Formats: sequence, structure tokens, C-alpha cells
Amino acid sequence: MRPISYRDCERNITLEPGTQNMKPETINNNFKTEEYFVNMGPQHPAAHGVLRLILTIDGEIIKNVEPDLGYIHRSIEKMCERDSYQQIVHLTDRMDYLSSHINNEAVCLTVEKALEIEVSERVKVIRTIISELTRIASHCLWWGVMGMDVGALTTYFYGFRDREMINDIFEETCGARLTMNYNIPGGLMFDIHPNFVKRTKDFITHFKTKLPEYDRLLTGNVIFQKRTKGVGVLTKEDAISFGTSGPVARGSGFANDVRKRHHYSAYDRVDFKEALFTEGDSFARYQVRIMEMWEAMKIIEQLIDTIPEGDIKTPTNAVIKLPKGEYYQRVETARGELGVYINSTGTKNPYRLKFRSPGFSNLSVLDHITKGAKIGDLVATMASFDFVIPDIDR
Amino acid sequence: MSYFSDIYNGIKTLLTGMSVTGKYFIHARKGSLTQQYPDNRETLKMFDRFRGEVVMPHDENNEHRCTGCQKCEIACPNGTIEIIWDRGIDEETGKKKKKIDKHIYHLGMCTMCGLCIEACPTDAIVWAQNYENSVYDRTKLSKVLNQPGSKVKAGIED
Repeated sequence: MRPISYRDCERNITLEPGTQNMKPETINNNFKTEEYFVNMGPQHPAAHGVLRLILTIDGEIIKNVEPDLGYIHRSIEKMCERDSYQQIVHLTDRMDYLSSHINNEAVCLTVEKALEIEVSERVKVIRTIISELTRIASHCLWWGVMGMDVGALTTYFYGFRDREMINDIFEETCGARLTMNYNIPGGLMFDIHPNFVKRTKDFITHFKTKLPEYDRLLTGNVIFQKRTKGVGVLTKEDAISFGTSGPVARGSGFANDVRKRHHYSAYDRVDFKEALFTEGDSFARYQVRIMEMWEAMKIIEQLIDTIPEGDIKTPTNAVIKLPKGEYYQRVETARGELGVYINSTGTKNPYRLKFRSPGFSNLSVLDHITKGAKIGDLVATMASFDFVIPDIDR
Repeated sequence: MSYFSDIYNGIKTLLTGMSVTGKYFIHARKGSLTQQYPDNRETLKMFDRFRGEVVMPHDENNEHRCTGCQKCEIACPNGTIEIIWDRGIDEETGKKKKKIDKHIYHLGMCTMCGLCIEACPTDAIVWAQNYENSVYDRTKLSKVLNQPGSKVKAGIED
């Protein structure tokens, strides 16, 4: 009898139960397979930020994914209980930093709702335009990183190139590129820059020529389609029962766009389509975001020419005290539904402030849809989820 | 047959993608956005509203506009601004008046939220547009904004 070679082990021991080459009687008992743990993160290059995923794997097949949070926890909700309502706004920049303006808007809308003050039409329109620019900037970065995660480095540079123009618009008007803190309860900190309208129009004309290039470069690419089509399939039932929102839910056919269904700011007067795909795989989530960029441009085009005149601030007290009660407001960030819950006892600080962040709920479904997939598919699925870890951890 | 059509379509999509990258490769100079940062310091100009750091402008008589009302200190979310103040006797009226001794600004703690500048009733502090703030010792990040020997401009009331 000849000695057992490496080839024999490869042939006999299969890691995939249920497949054709599984012959239990031929498995050599000298070579047992067993499940083992691998940490993906907290500093894994394919994970976005400091998210630790404890993978239970059998060979390359994922048995279980357990996210371990807390590596970038800054206790923002607790800090909010210490701060005044004006000061809370700047902390929300640090949650989902890619849609910081929309986070600021969420807190401001909640405080305005509680105080029962109405901001001027000008403020509403400017907030909407900047929110949509933020959404495009966020999706540009996601598009670049998505390509990079599945192995195409060029997309990263193209995505950042177009995002840079939006950052310039923000820098000129708000003074900062990422953590803008442009909203205050009762309006905006200061008026838009005189160049704002021109720069935004320039960007729209520029980006309309670039977005078809995105499609030609990545969407139609055969390697990209093989990596994403049918990978990480999330059914509509699961999307609803796990509480997902944003492009993740809309890729599974769950129509839940807050902008469309629960109007806030100036979304009631603009005409846009809700991006909806029913496949539920990574490619569907990809298509939702590409379509959202087109729709965001459509929204900006409808509003940019007719920014109404009006006050930029509705005067509030220097020390804002909310009446006793509970207040809730939700907005649609680039990642999904962000809810702000304020419980006030009538003092100048909130008694409790809770953020319902989109990333946290979307993360909960990751284990469910990646069971039985390969590690490479997990990376592609995570890329299509577009996680921002400070948003999950807060 | 689908085997060959797959190969054909695969190559076709790859070439479509490469036509995009090839276009940028040929016109590399025209559309380049890269800034040669340390070399372009002379020409690099930030926007007017850029939030670099908080400064207190002084005029030629070494006078500033800060009355020491401490509104910026209260507005700051994380204790970046500290004001050490005193009451001095006003020479004209003979009354006791608040004046700042030191307006301390800890740049290392500042999140550039701009609430202090919004809160200031006399426009005593403004944003500066400088962006090179790195130092070797972190104690150098705490700055005293009012210059030594400076006093508040006459007629500024909060």
C-alpha cells in the first residue's frame, strides 16, 4: 500500500457538505476537519473601519458571523445628555461622517418640531439641496470603495475625483469639508456663498457626463457582475423583519424611502422616483445607489434655480429649553433611516437622546444572509451594505 | 455556444471599461486634479469661510473687541475656550468693568464647530484660514489669543 499523499487528502476531504464529491466512506479518519474562528478586523483592510467580525468558518465556508462592536464607541448619546441643544448638533457629524449634513438636519428638525417653530422656505430648500449633494458625495465614495473591495482600484480614484468637487462646494459655503455643522436649531448658521449656485450647477453638468462612465467601467464589467450577482441575497420578508432601511431594503423591494413617505424639508414639492429593485442581491443594492445618484441630481436641478428669499434663521432663545415630552423625527441618510428620539424634562439638556442609526439595523442581517457563503462573498456583501462603523457604534 | 459567447461578452465588457481608463491615460495632463501640496504653498489659497483656527484680530493700537462676556466659553461644547478675567476700573466713568486677562484657546481640543464665533456679540473672534497646525509639542497648541498689553477698543459694549 502506497503512503497517503497530499493529493489524496485534497480529493477525499471535502469541506462542502451535500456536494457531489462528498463520499463519507472514503474520508480518511487521519485527517479530520473542524470549524475554527477567524477574526476579520478590527483592522482588516477589507472591512470599512474598526468593525470586528468573528467568523466561524469551515474551510472557506462561513458558518456564523458575529459582529463585535465597541472599538469606536464614543458614548455620543450620553454626551448629548450633557450638552445644550445647539451643541448636540456638532456631535452628530461624528456619527455617520459621510452624511454629516443629514445627521445635523435630523437633530435640528426634532428640536424645531418640539419648539413648534417653522423655518423659512429658503432654509428648507437649502437644506434639501445640501442633503442631496451629501448623498451623492457619500455614494461616490461608496462606489469607489465597492469597486476596490471586489478588486478594481481605478474606481476608487474616479469616485474620489467627483466627490472632491462636492467637498469644495461645502468648503466654500460651510467652511468645512466633512464635519460641516451648518445647521442650527431654527435654520442655518449663515447664508449660502454667492458662488454656491454656480458651483452646484457646474457639478451637475460635470457629473452627468461622469455617471455613464461609472456604468461603463464597473456596472457592465463581467468580473464585477460575477462577484455581485446572486451574492448575499436578502429576501423582502427578511428585509422587513430585520428592520433594514435605505438602499439595503430597497434592493430587496421594500419601499421605505422616508423622503417619499414621510415628507420633511422641501421633499414634498420635488418630483423624484424611489429607487427600487427586487432581486435582493449585492448587484441590486449597487443599482439602487447608482439610481439614487441620478435621482439626487434630479432633485437638485428642480430646486437650484428657484431658491426662495427668506430669513436664514428663525430666532430662538439663547438657551433652548424643550417642553416636557417625547419627540421623534426621522430622515433618510445615505445609508437609510436615521431616527432621533428626544425625551425632555423641560430643562436645557435632554433627559435621554437616542439615535436609531441605519447601519446598526442593517448590520444585524449580515449573519443571516452570509451563512454558507465564501469569505470573498462576505467582503462583496459588506461592500454593498456600505457600512460606516462610527454610525453603528456611536 | 454559450461558452464562446461568454468569452466574447467578457472581453467586450473588459474593453469597454478599458476604453474609459484609456481615455484618461491619454489625456492624463488635462484632467489631473492632484495638488502638489508642499510645493504649491505660495499659490494655495483657502476659501474665505474655511475654518482653520480661531483668532482674535487686533488693530494697530493693539486693541481688540473682546469685552470678556464669556458667551463663547459657554457656547463651546468641549471646553476649548477658557477666559481668565478680572474687574478693572474704567478710567472715564470710574465704574468697575469686566476685562479679559487671558483668552486661552486650546486648538488641540477644538472641533471647528463654529459655535463660539456664532455666539460672540462683538465679533471679537473670527476664523483664520491657516491649515498648517502641526507642532512638535502639544502644549504649543494652547494659545493665548489676546496679545500682551492689549486692551478692549473704546465703545465696545456687549
